[in-house]
Amino acid sequence: MIKKIKAVLAACVLLISALPLSACHGSKGFEAFTVPENFDESRHYEITFWAKNDTNQTQASIYEKAIKDFEAIYPNITVNMRLYTDYGKIYNDVITNISTQTTPNVCITYPDHIATYMTGTNVVVPLDDLFRDARYGLNGSEIKFDAPSFDELIPSFIEECKIGDHYYAIPYMRSTEALYINKTYVEKLGYEIPKDITWDFVWEVSEKAMEKDSDDNFKVNGQKVMIPFIYKSTDNMMISMLKQLNADYSDANGNILIFNDTTKELLKEISVHGKSGAFSTFKISSYPGNFLNAGQCIFAIDSTAGASWIGTLAPHSDISADKLVDFETVVCPIPQFDPGNPKMISQGPSICIFNKEDDGEVLASWLFTQFMLTNDVQTAYSKTEGYVPVTSKAQNSPEYIDYLSREGEDEEEHYAIKIQAAKLLLDNTNNTFVTPVFNGSASLRDAAGQLIEGVTKAVRRKQTVDDAFIDKLFDDTASLYHLNQGNMSSTSYGEKRDLGPLPKTAVALITILIIVWILIGAYYLNGFIRKHKKK
Amino acid sequence: MKKVLALVMALTLIFAFAGCGEAKNTSAKSEGVMTYAEYDAAALDSEVTVECYVQAHQSWWDNKITVYAADEDGAYFFYEMACSEEDAAKLVPGTKIKAKGYKSEWSGEVEITDATFEIEDGSYIAPVKDVTGKSADELKAFQNQLVAFNGMTVEAVSYKNNTPGDDIYVTLSKDGINFEFCLEYYLNGSDEAFYNTVGNLEVGSTVDVEGFLYWYEGPDAHLTKVTVK
Repeated sequence: MIKKIKAVLAACVLLISALPLSACHGSKGFEAFTVPENFDESRHYEITFWAKNDTNQTQASIYEKAIKDFEAIYPNITVNMRLYTDYGKIYNDVITNISTQTTPNVCITYPDHIATYMTGTNVVVPLDDLFRDARYGLNGSEIKFDAPSFDELIPSFIEECKIGDHYYAIPYMRSTEALYINKTYVEKLGYEIPKDITWDFVWEVSEKAMEKDSDDNFKVNGQKVMIPFIYKSTDNMMISMLKQLNADYSDANGNILIFNDTTKELLKEISVHGKSGAFSTFKISSYPGNFLNAGQCIFAIDSTAGASWIGTLAPHSDISADKLVDFETVVCPIPQFDPGNPKMISQGPSICIFNKEDDGEVLASWLFTQFMLTNDVQTAYSKTEGYVPVTSKAQNSPEYIDYLSREGEDEEEHYAIKIQAAKLLLDNTNNTFVTPVFNGSASLRDAAGQLIEGVTKAVRRKQTVDDAFIDKLFDDTASLYHLNQGNMSSTSYGEKRDLGPLPKTAVALITILIIVWILIGAYYLNGFIRKHKKK
Repeated sequence: MKKVLALVMALTLIFAFAGCGEAKNTSAKSEGVMTYAEYDAAALDSEVTVECYVQAHQSWWDNKITVYAADEDGAYFFYEMACSEEDAAKLVPGTKIKAKGYKSEWSGEVEITDATFEIEDGSYIAPVKDVTGKSADELKAFQNQLVAFNGMTVEAVSYKNNTPGDDIYVTLSKDGINFEFCLEYYLNGSDEAFYNTVGNLEVGSTVDVEGFLYWYEGPDAHLTKVTVK
C-alpha cells in the first residue's frame, strides 16, 4: 500500500513538473527541413497561402486562377487562400501564429518581416537546398510545369531575399516608387519639368503653388485646397533621401545609425515645407492620388504598384467623377540629390515558406511557390498594376513585351500611366536598392517614417522644430520602436545579446521548475537512504 | 384627497426637475473644455479638449482605440486614441470621457487624433437622427453622428478582398442618388448575425439602415443596424 502511495506521489510530482514545461509548447520548433527524395503523390496535402492584394479584385482573381491551375497539375494538393490588403496585418497574424505552430504554409511577405519570424527555431524554411535540388528545385526534372531556372530570376531581386548567408524567400513581384506629376499645373506656375528632377525643384515649385488670390483661393487651381507635394510612404522617403546622400541608416550587423546629423538636417528642411503647407503625407492628409486627381496636388509620390489609381483617366478612383480635374500626368523617378547617380527603393511582395513537421507538406508548399513564378502568373499579376515580373523568362516573354508595347491603347489593361510606371522600374532596375535586413529592421523602417510624420505634424500644430525638438523626437522614436539597444540583429543568427532582466512570469516559472526538481531529487535521495538503512 | 393630489403633483414636479437636471448635465462642460460649437469652429491641427459620451468603439489594439462619441450638440470621432486594454473595457456606450487631442481631417473625415482621455461621471446615449433624403452636402453637418437612412434600395454589396472576413461595402440609393456605406469589421464584424445580414443583402431590396456617419471622400456611414423591409 505504501509503495502504491509513493508511486502515486512520484507520478504527481512528475506531472507537476511537466505542467510548466508544457507552457513552453511551440518554442522548441520543428526539426530543420530536408528535401525529401520523392514527392508522394498518393498522399493528399492541404496547404494554406496567405496572400496580399492592393484592394484590387483582379489580383484576387489571379491568385484564385493560379491555385486552380496548380491544383489541376497536382490534384493531391489543395491550396486554401486567405487574402489581406495590408502587409502589416499579415505580419501581426504570422507572429501570433508562430507560438502555436499554426503559421500558414506559404506567405506573401517582406524580407524585413522574415527576419523577425526567424527568431524562432526553424520557423522559416531556407530555400537554398530547394533552389538547387535537381529533381524538385527551380525547373527541376520532376517539376510538372514550365518553371524558371535560378539563373532566370532577376539577380538583384533574388539577392534581396538573402538574409545572412541563406535565401529565405523568393521575389514574387517588384515595384518602386514613382513621382507622379501634374504637368499642366507645373507649366501654369511657369516651370518646365526637367529631365532630372531634384528635391530642390520639387520644393521650389511646391512653395510657388502656395500663392493665393484675393478670394483666398490657390492661384494655380482656383480651389480652397492645395497640398502641392504629398508622399505616401514616409519611411521610404527618409530611407531614400539618406541613401541618395550616402548617409547612415543601418548596417548589415543591425546597428541603428539613423539618428544622425544628416537626418536632422533633412527633417529641418521637410518641416519648413510642412509649415508652409506645401508638403504633407498620406497619414496626415490621405492618398496622394486622390488629391492629385482632384487637382489639389502637383507632386504625388506613391508606389508604381498604385499607378492604376493615378491620373484623370485612372481606371480606379476613390473620388467622385465631379471632383476629377483634367490634367496631363507625367511619371518620373523620385526626386534625387545627385541625378547622375539615381537611387530608388526596390519593394514588392516576396514569398516565404513556413516549416512544418511533415517534409512532404513543405515540399508541396515549395511546388506551389515555384508555380507562382511561372510566366502566366507573373505576367497576369504584373499587368494589374505598375509591377514588373521577377524573372527574365516572364519579362522577355512575347506576351509581356506585347503588353508593354500597347501603352495607352485603352484605359484598363493598357492604361498609359500604369505601363509607364512599370517601364520606370524596368529602366532603373540597376538603380534600385534595399535596406539591410535584420531582426528589428521592420521597426527601424517604421521609425524612419515616424520622424517625418513627427516634424510635419508638429509644424502644422504651430510647434517649433529645432535641434532640441529633433533631439527629443530621436529619443522618443528610439524608445517607441525599441531602437535604443545598440545592435539589433544578433538574435537572428545565433549570437546572443543582453535582453535585460527576465520578466517576472519567467522568473516564477523557472523557480517552480527548480523547486519541483529539488523535490524529485529529495524524494529519490530519501528512498535511497532508507533502502541502504534497511540493508 | 387634496393632500394626496398635492403630494402627487409635488412628486411629479420633483421627477420632472430631476429629468431636466440630468439633461442639463449632459451638455454642461467642465472648465477649460470646449462646447461642440467651439470644437466645430476650431481650426484644423489645433489642440482641442472636449467632453463627450462614448457611443461605440472599434476593437482595441496595440494600446490604441478608435471611438465614436457624441454629446447633445454633435459627434466626435477619435482615431486611434491612446488607451490601455484595461481602460478600453470601461468604454461601454454612454461612458463620459474628457479627451484632449488635435483636430484633424483625413479624406474629409474630421476627427481627433493623438488624443488622450480620462473617464468622468455621467452617461448619455445620443438619439438616432433621420437624414433620409438629404444631399451629401447637407449630410456634412451630421458627420460622425448616429443617423438613419430609411427606405433605401440596395445597389451593390461587396466584400473587401472578395471574401467574407473583412469590411463589407454597401451602396444604397434613394431617388436615384447613390450613397456609400461600410460594415466596418473592427466595429461590428464580430456580430455574426449582423455580418451575415449585410453580406447577404440582395440587390434591389429595400432596407432601413443606421450607422455612424463617417466620411471618406464623401459620406460613408459605418453601419450599425440594417432592417430588410
